[in-house]
Amino acid sequence: MTPLLDIAELAKRFEVGNKRLLYAVDEVTFAIGRGETVGLVGESGCGKSTLVRLINRLLDPTSGSIRLAGTELADMRARAFAGNANRARIQMVFQDAGDSLNPRYTAADAIADPIRRLKKMSGASLKSRVEALADMTGLPRELLSRFPHQLSGGQKARVGIARAIAVEPELLILDEPTAALDVSVQVVILKLLQQLKRELGMSYLFVSHDLNVVRLLCDRVLVMYLGKIVESGPAAELFADPRHPYTRALISAIPQADPDKRVGRLRLSGEPRSPIDPDPTVCRFYGRCPRGEPRCSAEMPVLRTVASARQAACHFA
Amino acid sequence: MTAVPALAVEDLSVEFRTRSGTVKVLDHVGFSVDKGETVALVGESGSGKSVTAFAVMGILDPAGRVTSGRALFGGADLLALSEHDLAEQRGRELSMIFQNPRTALNPIRKVGQQIADVLVRHGGATRPDAPRAAVEMLKRVRIPDPERRVEAYPFELSGGMCQRIMIAIALACRPALLIADEPTTGLDVTTQAVIMDLIGELAHESGMATIFITHDLALAAEYCDRIVVMHAGHIVEAAPARELFAHPRHPYSAKLLAATPGETVSLAELASIPGGLPDLRRPDLPACRYSDRCERRLDDCARPLPHRVIGERHTVSCWNPL
Amino acid sequence: MNLLRHARYVLSENPVTGLAFGLFAMFLIAAIFGPLIAPYSPLQSNAAMALKAPSAAHWFGTDQLGRDIFSRVLVATRLDLSIAFASVILAFMLGALSGVAAGYFGGWTDRVVGRLADTIMAFPLFVLAMGIVAALGNEVINIVIATAIINFPLYARVARAEANVRREAGFVEAARLSGNGEARVLLGHVLPNIMPIMMVQMSLTMGYAILNAAGLSFIGLGVRPPAPEWGIMVAEGANFIQSGEWWIALFPGAALMLAVFCFNLLGDGLRDIIDPRQRT
Repeated sequence: MTPLLDIAELAKRFEVGNKRLLYAVDEVTFAIGRGETVGLVGESGCGKSTLVRLINRLLDPTSGSIRLAGTELADMRARAFAGNANRARIQMVFQDAGDSLNPRYTAADAIADPIRRLKKMSGASLKSRVEALADMTGLPRELLSRFPHQLSGGQKARVGIARAIAVEPELLILDEPTAALDVSVQVVILKLLQQLKRELGMSYLFVSHDLNVVRLLCDRVLVMYLGKIVESGPAAELFADPRHPYTRALISAIPQADPDKRVGRLRLSGEPRSPIDPDPTVCRFYGRCPRGEPRCSAEMPVLRTVASARQAACHFA
Repeated sequence: MTAVPALAVEDLSVEFRTRSGTVKVLDHVGFSVDKGETVALVGESGSGKSVTAFAVMGILDPAGRVTSGRALFGGADLLALSEHDLAEQRGRELSMIFQNPRTALNPIRKVGQQIADVLVRHGGATRPDAPRAAVEMLKRVRIPDPERRVEAYPFELSGGMCQRIMIAIALACRPALLIADEPTTGLDVTTQAVIMDLIGELAHESGMATIFITHDLALAAEYCDRIVVMHAGHIVEAAPARELFAHPRHPYSAKLLAATPGETVSLAELASIPGGLPDLRRPDLPACRYSDRCERRLDDCARPLPHRVIGERHTVSCWNPL
Repeated sequence: MNLLRHARYVLSENPVTGLAFGLFAMFLIAAIFGPLIAPYSPLQSNAAMALKAPSAAHWFGTDQLGRDIFSRVLVATRLDLSIAFASVILAFMLGALSGVAAGYFGGWTDRVVGRLADTIMAFPLFVLAMGIVAALGNEVINIVIATAIINFPLYARVARAEANVRREAGFVEAARLSGNGEARVLLGHVLPNIMPIMMVQMSLTMGYAILNAAGLSFIGLGVRPPAPEWGIMVAEGANFIQSGEWWIALFPGAALMLAVFCFNLLGDGLRDIIDPRQRT
């Protein structure tokens, strides 16, 4: 069975002057199955947001393929993708709900915008669709006439989610949807997202830096470091037994209330290598990696299967 | 163990005058920090945790006004000091680090110069010695290659590096009290861990008292000795970190803990906290500002808030604690 | 609703803005009803009444042809404001559209618009306006065009800067995801968000446009006598200052000054209402 999203050797390189190239996303390959929730973690500058913008077709890739249920999307230009029949199939919930809502649009206008453009609805049917979406996302109907600055953080998050699911996407990208919210609101939004997924049968690509949240929500996790996927696997296994040293460092960084569980934690020193014209024979993690043997600076480790359904890009995994 | 409080905040109330009424942001807040101790102020947005720190530092927004209370620090009441004396204290004895290190640094001065400035102004260093002392400071906050980094401008450094510089500046004069206001928000988790380790070690080494303001309970639990939980301008519970995690007594602390994603729970097990913060402009604010959201409310809750000592250094403001 | 309350707050905090709104209302009434409320005909000359000093009958006195200066100043409001208003609207349309496109698309669009604005700004603007009117012909419409052209760079630059900031904003990306084509993103999402700032810009350049139009008429370009127009009236009155008939130049000059003053204050006030943070 073909997966819903099939990414193969996807790359994005930005020119940064003097013919130097910034390798933001470097030959990334992965797939997302129907109904699956895949987590994408990594530090800022690792290329997560570029990857996300490539997948949701806001940005054109340098090379590689993006197939959605068998349809190749990579060769359709991002500038013209708004008018494409596939536009409705991939939607996104943004990190900062406040910034992602047009300050001059009411909540109803914001939710109606994609329905109007992509489903060509208008009038009474549009209005009832917007109200149905507000009900689904738990947004009180009387708030539909408000502007973003009159809504709380949690309410704005609901508007952002309602807008994203309005055109019934098959793949929903969640870009740190709760990063700006308080814990009490975060719980409610996460539960809402899980419920919507069940009801609407969407697949999620969940981008987050909060590993505790990723663990709760995701079936599978991709770990990205400097433009490359360095580890992937089922969430439970990956957290219990990380194979790549960077994944280990990430998990070690989760705050731990219980001092007994703080033993053997890995702390990273040094700064990441430059993503500009990286040496193709050196492991991207070399220099920060606590292991870092001569082989690591002579041969780039490739992402390989290390156990059933698990992959890691380390010579010693 | 007879602990000496480095800072004792007593009965602190703060109001903000806004166009739509007076907001009672802090209501009779009291807590203390001992020498060498790290205390976390934890709460969600609107709880008043940052306002508490700003009031102590004397850097409240002009719309804000301290209406009652004292902040005893080294024998003096910080809230009663003149602007000039307070500024003197701020440089030498009191330090603060902020959420966004890049905006707190001067963008057009080299970071080494910025550290040297503080050393000369408050640390008793002489101008010719200051550059060498600045390199020493960078070494202390474990910045690799410090001789080269003193020559860098803030924009040339990563967020984590800038926060280290801020820590170096804050610690340059060996302050007796450091207030860290969400110092790792916006940084990557791996960087956050390293920065928090660093603050912890430096505080431990120098015997400095630290107030750590955060919304992240787990982070507070890992790095702090005691946790003070705030809700809508009240301190609802104060307890040693481990005790708070094992046995939270205030219904809000318990809910907050149960809502924080941890290790073993599934999403369904995470608790939601019903309702939101009360409108702090209301003239008829209930005595307990959590009572409208509370599942354990009694008739007693309308009475003035109690301040119950229920264990060693463990207090709770609730008529019906868990 | 909210904006109204906020406006009332700003006005109460800042009485100068209230004054500006009052002046603006006065000018508006004069522009609309001027010919109806003028006590005398602005064009009817009367040799017997020439060069009379201000009196109860003629509040602002009379000019060398015996025309009532008060009536002429009043009636001239409509023409002066219309020229300024039309040129500001034209400058706004040209400048905002090209500036927003330049800021949003970047690349060659940005370079073309930028160079054009730089080129215009490189000239002494009044001299450029004179040249344009002289080249296009001595018509009122050409004053409008010339004034719009010299104001164009101001709009283009503000619109460019504002659109550039918003290009990467979440709501713009969200609009693209919602199926809005580039034109719709630009006109339906980006432009409405920079309108408040453009409104302020319009009010601020309005004063400048009035001055520019009057200046062109003063040196004999554009509006021609005997049409009542502040610039011409000042020019005519200037000949009589030496001989002591000060009122002929003074009153149209004062009207001109008051109009410029009014629109500048209005712009500052609008900015406060729209964005209290920029308050000085």
